[in-house]
Amino acid sequence: MDSREDDGGEPLSRMAEWRDVTPLPQDDGPNPVVPIAYKEEFRETMDYFRAIYKADERSPRALRLTRRAIHLNPGNYTVWHFRRLVLEALNADLDEELDFLQRIANSNSKNYQLWHHRRWVVERLGANARAKELNLIKKILSIDAKNYHAWSHRQWVLQALGGWEDELDYCQQLLEEDIFNNSAWNQRYFVVTRSPYLGGLKAMRASEVRYTVEAILANPNNECPWRYLQGLYKDDIKALVNDPEISSVCLKVINTKNNYVFALKMLLDLLCHGFQPCHEFRDSVVALRTSDTDPLGPDLSMAICDILEHVDSLRASYWIWRKNKLSVAAV
Amino acid sequence: MESFRSLTVTQRDQILVEQQVFDIFKTFYNLPPSSQSFMLELQRENHVEYLTKGLTGLGPSFCVLDANRPWICYWILHSIALLDEFVDPELENNTIDFLSRCQGPNGGYAGGPGQMPHLATTYAAVNSLVTLGGDKALSSINREKLYMFLRQMKDASGGFRMHDGGEIDVRACYTAISVASLLNILDDELVQNVGNYILSCQTYEGGISGEPGSEAHGGYTFCGLATMILINEVDRLDLSSLTDWVVFRQGVEGGFQGRTNKLVDGCYSFWQGGIFALLKRLNSTKEVKPIPLGDGEGSGEESPQTTTSSDAAGEEGLNGDLSLGGSHSEIGDQHNTSSQDNVIDIDHNHSKGHANVEPLFNSLALQQYILLCSQELNGGLRDKPGKSRDHYHTCYCLSGLSVCQRSWLEDEDSPPLPRAVLGPYSNLLEPIHPLYNVVLDRYREAYEFFTKS
Repeated sequence: MDSREDDGGEPLSRMAEWRDVTPLPQDDGPNPVVPIAYKEEFRETMDYFRAIYKADERSPRALRLTRRAIHLNPGNYTVWHFRRLVLEALNADLDEELDFLQRIANSNSKNYQLWHHRRWVVERLGANARAKELNLIKKILSIDAKNYHAWSHRQWVLQALGGWEDELDYCQQLLEEDIFNNSAWNQRYFVVTRSPYLGGLKAMRASEVRYTVEAILANPNNECPWRYLQGLYKDDIKALVNDPEISSVCLKVINTKNNYVFALKMLLDLLCHGFQPCHEFRDSVVALRTSDTDPLGPDLSMAICDILEHVDSLRASYWIWRKNKLSVAAV
Repeated sequence: MESFRSLTVTQRDQILVEQQVFDIFKTFYNLPPSSQSFMLELQRENHVEYLTKGLTGLGPSFCVLDANRPWICYWILHSIALLDEFVDPELENNTIDFLSRCQGPNGGYAGGPGQMPHLATTYAAVNSLVTLGGDKALSSINREKLYMFLRQMKDASGGFRMHDGGEIDVRACYTAISVASLLNILDDELVQNVGNYILSCQTYEGGISGEPGSEAHGGYTFCGLATMILINEVDRLDLSSLTDWVVFRQGVEGGFQGRTNKLVDGCYSFWQGGIFALLKRLNSTKEVKPIPLGDGEGSGEESPQTTTSSDAAGEEGLNGDLSLGGSHSEIGDQHNTSSQDNVIDIDHNHSKGHANVEPLFNSLALQQYILLCSQELNGGLRDKPGKSRDHYHTCYCLSGLSVCQRSWLEDEDSPPLPRAVLGPYSNLLEPIHPLYNVVLDRYREAYEFFTKS
């Protein structure tokens, strides 16, 4: 970590500018628990920070001190908070602040404080910061495409400053790179349901179903598109049941007799919501029967639970539970 | 077969973890039974030694956790309590003293002496003190001021901020509501609109995200579900889809992943495993009669009695605390009709009246992952093979293990059957209260203490 960029890492006690400050040691008591064997530079920096924080000194040197403290521990929310007060008091250049944050993010991008601070800065910079911001996040996601903080920040930027125009393409690109990336699927859902340019979920449904069905047929064992497909019909379960594309993708996957757990699960959900299957469905399900499954009963939902109990044995008790729910519902 | 290069990052990462895990399982299955039972044994003494050592001193690498010291206390103390061990009285006094130094003059606890109060470290400090138990520890918490701190952190949206000027998310809601409930200072002002916030975070997948729009995640799903139970608005969640999401987070390794298509991690043994303990318990919420909370401020000495005497005396604490939410039934009732079916669904197993219920996840597979893949034989537990132990993972792997061992029981007070406990029966840990993740009898002591005072 580079805490030396401003002052060469020289001890503060030897720097003329700090001569008037009396360091304030931590009040850890005579016998602290979980005491940390602080490195000398850490201890000294925090002793000066405590003095400045207590005196509420919002000065340029206080700003430099918080930078030093953040480098040593980016998780110290008190330091970050105080830094915001100082930035405000000094009316500091916030573009510079973004560059500082970017350097921190390069070494530690999974930290609540950093991202919260970034939001604060970008909020003040307004729409001008948008392009830079979206690009920076892209960079971080190119290293870790599932960074939770980066995604939350991206959604915040889109909602606060806009930039929706290219977002669906970006999701598309990430999904082409890794169709198993659930964060990208989630972002796609976010864009489809909230972008002011796309007309909302209903307007997008048909094309999204087509895209998702394709993804399913390419990798039927990928849970993401199955969940996404159900998401496309959130609060409109009737439409899900009545869309022939949905039942037909289930059937296609089941007929391959491979990687069909999610297809069976979807079919079960459809049946639970009133789907009326034709004979073809029953025949396909019956064809999955293995020697260790009990003879399948007349009820298709029950038969599916029986099969899942065996082929998805890790979740056997869940499938038994689902089956029991069916019989309760039937009463 | 596809070549390794043609696979996506997600697939490659997953395969590498599976290989490591399956190697461990293969080695295990090829061992003679005596060695197998050694491998499955919880190394209690080593864990306690590792934990106690952390309480008395931490190396320079812990500088980055300098704003999380009450968390380190909680992870260690709760782990020790799960193992049914005690810290010596001197260390206990030192802990109470140290946490008092983290308590702010205006309420709440900070990450260390002199820092700002923060909701997460407040949760950690309160849970630590409850875990220590005894009048000295429990009375060291300034409830009046803590209540004021919670009110200050309450946002107009209904959610909570982590600290003054801090971020709003589901974690903040849970830590605030959990602490308030545990200390018996939960009231309408604190509860107002929290349910709306949590509800806005349930995603199309069924799980709950940190903020509206984000991805469903195990940690936030636990926090969101526990919050909704504590405020008696759980019926508003789509519990069927939540259940369906969480059962699919258990993977071939036996452990849980935090999100869809992410890697297994031992800490989700609790965050995801604990969700099953909460779902199982929902039955009892429905049987508790709502008791009006009254108009009191709910803070400090004037905290109204929030439970009937029969709850406190008869059913023990579990039902009693859930009735805290009873005062908010009018909020819940508005929404009950739409999702009531879900709760009935969840209740199905209970309606048979059996003392033993089949858990909805694979408890033995999870125990196997924790013991063989997360446990370091020299003490401490970890995320996955190849990672180092730490106090956080030790705490949440052990909490998850405790949940597993009692996952067949409807009532935590009776001991589980030997077949429910993987490995020697001496692996059995203390039961927890899953809403707060503190050891059950420590919760009960705190419950008594804060109901009387």
